[in-house]
Amino acid sequence: MSAETIPVPQPADGAAGPLAGIAHEPGVAKPDPLLVVDGMRRAFGGLVAVDVAHVEFQRGCITGLIGPNGAGKTTFFNLITGFDTPDAGTWSFDGKPIRKASPYRLARSGMVRTFQLTKSLTRLSVLENMKLGALDQRGESVFAGLLKPLWRDQEREIEQRADDLLQRFKLDHMREEFAGNLSGGQRKLLEMARALMADPKLIMLDEPMAGVNPALTQSLLGHVKELRAEGRTVIFVEHDMDVVNDISDWVVVMAEGRVLAEGPPASIGANPAVIDAYLGAHHDLDLGDEQ
Amino acid sequence: MNWPLIISNTLFTAISIQAIAYVLAAIGLNMHFGFTGLLNFGQAAFGAVGAYTFAVLAGQGIPWPASGEPPWPFGQPWPWWAAALAVIPAAMVLALLLGIPTLRLRADYLAIVTIAAAEIIRQALIAPKLDERFGTGGADGLQGFTGGIEKINPWNGRTFYLWKQPFDGHQAFMIVAGWSLVALCSVGMWLLMRSPWGRVLKSIREDEDAARSLGKNVFAYKMQSLIIGGVIGAFAGVVFAVGGRAAAPNDYATAFTFFAWTVLILGGAGRIKGPIVGGLIFWLIIGFTEVFLSQVTRNKVVPTWLVNENNFGLLRFMFVGLGLATLVVFRPQGIFGDRREQAFDVR
Repeated sequence: MSAETIPVPQPADGAAGPLAGIAHEPGVAKPDPLLVVDGMRRAFGGLVAVDVAHVEFQRGCITGLIGPNGAGKTTFFNLITGFDTPDAGTWSFDGKPIRKASPYRLARSGMVRTFQLTKSLTRLSVLENMKLGALDQRGESVFAGLLKPLWRDQEREIEQRADDLLQRFKLDHMREEFAGNLSGGQRKLLEMARALMADPKLIMLDEPMAGVNPALTQSLLGHVKELRAEGRTVIFVEHDMDVVNDISDWVVVMAEGRVLAEGPPASIGANPAVIDAYLGAHHDLDLGDEQ
Repeated sequence: MNWPLIISNTLFTAISIQAIAYVLAAIGLNMHFGFTGLLNFGQAAFGAVGAYTFAVLAGQGIPWPASGEPPWPFGQPWPWWAAALAVIPAAMVLALLLGIPTLRLRADYLAIVTIAAAEIIRQALIAPKLDERFGTGGADGLQGFTGGIEKINPWNGRTFYLWKQPFDGHQAFMIVAGWSLVALCSVGMWLLMRSPWGRVLKSIREDEDAARSLGKNVFAYKMQSLIIGGVIGAFAGVVFAVGGRAAAPNDYATAFTFFAWTVLILGGAGRIKGPIVGGLIFWLIIGFTEVFLSQVTRNKVVPTWLVNENNFGLLRFMFVGLGLATLVVFRPQGIFGDRREQAFDVR
């Protein structure tokens, strides 16, 4: 299903769609940002893990977040989603400034994340995993939970939605299995499908392709593109540059906690700052030939 | 060897008031550990709070600290049902005190705090100062608070037999009332656990960060679980105290907690019927070894240098320990657990 979805034309160096004609520089303003981060800083002792001056993420686009190991990508994810607290900085989501950044509040406001190490709830069935993802469930209050008539209809509707998503992610044959019985790749699929149960505006994927075999990678890529086609915004962390080039509309490069470069995927590979960050500033010098 | 006595005594122990109390305590722990993954090693604290709240209020009432005629509700016994209802807020307060500082932290902190709290409460109940202020009875504990319940008991003064084993009307009434309470709690638990609320609890048990990332207020759910399980644990204390017609500090020592844990693990954590089956089996073993060894030693069936009438009691717990160790090796999921669930590494 991945081949025929949304052919986004990608000009040689420029970006397509709403991001066309935007300067390729760190912290550049976007026409319609969903997520805006300002002066975010997080230090672990003496190590400054994240120090982002300003970055904006365009609504309805797939933004790849790349960088060498230890660049602070996952920490940045944790800060935005409330799983960690920044030492300084503000950020706003969908035009609203974020004050109390608790993970569950952010998730309810439409920002759902997945994890680098998948967190499938192993001793719940695949279907229960999915149903858990739905927000605003009446039966999730302790008193209403006792009385099935209060939540029966909503539960039926949630189950229908879960079944539709399971079918789309080709997990419907595993519906009644414990999630612990899924393979690593299937767990990635389940986590993504479960996040969709919350109907998020922004979905943040932390290394969605890590440890997934090439065949499943293709189908995962297709699913990510479908998210964009549905009008959702995707931010993802990834190391595989082929994946990044394939699906992202825009790439943000981090190194040593800062945003080093921004631009459409094609512009990134040629950016000298990015090459320096990945390979070192003197990677093309033969040290033995120095005078 | 008096086999009819051994058998009837064993059966009576399995359905006795003690057994009910530990089943109830284990149902509370099942809510905490089996469904939410909370490590509560202080179920005795809830039991003590329940027992003493009931015993103080239904007995003499809270002493009025000033002189003169004590105003309501001080200085006078409460009706038994009001005292029983007061157990609920008392257990809730304890759950809040234990939960607020620890439930945001890792699971181990709750374990440390609860085990300490249980000992603090037991030691405090021994203190004479607390007796002066609240009428808790000090080291001797409290008696004479069951009058209200004996008044409504239609079988009061009668004697019943379970084959050869006699028991009085008060015990009969408390056994019926206690098992009804067990049934009520189990049905309530079943209703809760099939609901979306129960699903959130189980997701917290599996991985609380995943639950957070899906918009669930993990702290609030853990607190609700701690309160519900704690209230059930407090009623375990009430049943224990009323059934034995006494509340004493040492009834709520760490053994109370760990017997309840044994009952839960034996039956299978995370199963509604786990605590009931675990409780029956636990007390069958305890009851049988007790009366069997007592008969064996009295009739000198085994040589006295090996075991005699004075030290056979210690052997009971060796057998229980052996049984539990065997179970953990051959059936780690408990009697009713699902083997498949054990295959997954939970953390």
